[in-house]
Amino acid sequence: MTALDTSAPTGSSAGFFKRLRKQYPNAGLAYIYILPAFIVMAFITFYPIGYQLWMSVTDFQLKHLREMNPDYVGIGNFVDVLVKGLPVPNYDFGRILVFNLLWTFINVFLHVAIGILVAVALNTEDLPGKKIYRSLFVIPWALPSLVAGMIWGNMWHDKFGAINLMLQQIGLRGDIRWLLDTKPFIDLPQIGLVLPLSFIAVLIANVWLGWPFMMVIATGALQSIPTELYEAAEVDGATRWQQFWRITLPLLRPAMVPAVMIGIMMTFNQFNIIYFVTGGGPLGLTEILVTQGFKLVNPQGWYGVASAFNIIVFIILGIITLITNRISRATEPYYA
Amino acid sequence: MTTLTKSKRRPVTAADVAAIVWAAGVFLGSLALAVFGIYTLVGAGGYQAIILGAVLLIVGGLLIVRYARLLMAIITERDMVRARKTARLDLIQLFLLFMLAIVLFPVLWIVSMSLDPRDLSRPTGLTIIPPGATLDAYKTVLTQPSANPVSFLQLLRNSLLVSGGTALGAIIVGTSAAYAFSRLKFPIRRLGMLGFVLVLMIPPGGTLAPLFVLLNTVKLRTTLWGLAIAFTSSALPFAIWNMKGFIDALPYDLEEAAQIDGCNRTQSFIRVILPLAVPGMAVTGLWGFLTGWSEFILSWTFLVDPERFTLPMVLRGMVGQYASGTPWSQFSAMAIVMSIPPIIIFFLLQKYLVSGLAVGGVKG
Repeated sequence: MTALDTSAPTGSSAGFFKRLRKQYPNAGLAYIYILPAFIVMAFITFYPIGYQLWMSVTDFQLKHLREMNPDYVGIGNFVDVLVKGLPVPNYDFGRILVFNLLWTFINVFLHVAIGILVAVALNTEDLPGKKIYRSLFVIPWALPSLVAGMIWGNMWHDKFGAINLMLQQIGLRGDIRWLLDTKPFIDLPQIGLVLPLSFIAVLIANVWLGWPFMMVIATGALQSIPTELYEAAEVDGATRWQQFWRITLPLLRPAMVPAVMIGIMMTFNQFNIIYFVTGGGPLGLTEILVTQGFKLVNPQGWYGVASAFNIIVFIILGIITLITNRISRATEPYYA
Repeated sequence: MTTLTKSKRRPVTAADVAAIVWAAGVFLGSLALAVFGIYTLVGAGGYQAIILGAVLLIVGGLLIVRYARLLMAIITERDMVRARKTARLDLIQLFLLFMLAIVLFPVLWIVSMSLDPRDLSRPTGLTIIPPGATLDAYKTVLTQPSANPVSFLQLLRNSLLVSGGTALGAIIVGTSAAYAFSRLKFPIRRLGMLGFVLVLMIPPGGTLAPLFVLLNTVKLRTTLWGLAIAFTSSALPFAIWNMKGFIDALPYDLEEAAQIDGCNRTQSFIRVILPLAVPGMAVTGLWGFLTGWSEFILSWTFLVDPERFTLPMVLRGMVGQYASGTPWSQFSAMAIVMSIPPIIIFFLLQKYLVSGLAVGGVKG
């Protein structure tokens, strides 16, 4: 029988299942373990996604929530979102997308850079106060992001925010309209980079929030680097700078790559910070896709349009994730 | 000792010169600091100047002692190794203090605002303890947190229920699925894993309307359980991912040994893997707890009964609650009170944080 099975891979369906069972003896058990997760996801995630697909081709609005009888509009919503534009102020899908990508990569870069820098600094031998630093540095991460967003929104206030008050205290003008100034602060239209001051404000807020996570990851990875490597490098006459680039960074990479992936996804959809610090303003210049999508539902009630919008965002993030996943291979099983 | 003797004979390098200049500079600087501290103390006006002067004096004094001993060592023993090490350590210390100041600045700012009795009026300067500091805002927040007749304890209970439920759900459901993804072979495993991770990419609020309809039909929409289930779903991708990485890193031999001793898969999962996976589960639970604790889009949209409101909803409601603006003192007090539970949990789980975040265990 076995000889027959292997020699005829495209045999009857019974043979196929037999082969499958032989190849995967634990498949049934695996499905039982996954079942609870699958049920939760099916109802709370996969079903809504399917539902959203239907809504995205209708003119579903607030009034339809009771009757569920919206009209079919085909791909009209998608065309509106991508090409024709929506009748909300300062709407421009392309600009928001470019800003969203820029926002994500600048943020994640800074989170990782600062996180590694501090982790390496904290890894110094004989440094007093390490434990205290490690405890206090996680505060931004432990703080609910909603609270962090609201605090920073208040701190950047032009009249009674902490930043301007501090500037006044040290003798500067301290009347900077951080969140309201519409003048471009970064003005490089040649490469499509025109950003207001509020970008800097919201970036600082999110970097403040984001680096401790990377620091914790890097700290864990640093502790698993054997000290003999550094001793050997020292014997060979390598400077600390060379040791950092040749030993520390390459050995941190395996731990940092998946963390970066999580970081990219969290930052791309960082609703609480954008929404509560700048609210997308001024003139929608710091709007990211999720805040714009939420506004389509919340004041506007355009569920159909919002669904189309969210599906497009989902596809964009899917592409980004597939690319990063290819790089990190995080879904690869360890024990095959 | 051998390194010391060696370094004595070594020619003086540029790094050594820099270390000497640094040591001398810090020594002079700390003298100035101490003198300025004494000056502030003597001409003190108010308790803030006294505190500042005392701090300056103590820091200056400590630095003087440290660097005087270092300079002695440099002069008498030409101990350049110690000079460079001290310079490096203190520069790192300075950098870390700077980072600490940045981290704590917003925290001190809301502490200060929460103590400010002027509430709506605009603060005019930066002070840690504002004039006429009072705990009234905390009293208000704890007795009458919102315009609705709901006690603070009720809100706290609701928030804990939702967040705790999310954490528990993420741990149980996530660990079980992660075990299958990590240790069992089955068709469409990679696809399934990706399918779960894909959920991380759904924009928050993106599934608002369908969920509204779905939870409405099963009569869970306005309940805290409905919310906990919905949040579990958004915490699951991270839970599965993190737990899979964590279980990946556990040695397979242990489980094999258990199986040779007659355990089946499920027994070895429960008896071998689960006890070892506690750090990973702790961090997974923490993540779930944080997800539930600060979520407001779904709760804001779904809940109608003030009896079931959560803390973030009340905090959100404070901003722009009155025409005259936001009651900033109460807002700050509420923000602080609301941040205490997650921070306590963070500190309790601190020892697990480094080992429990499995991203390091995933092979690159």
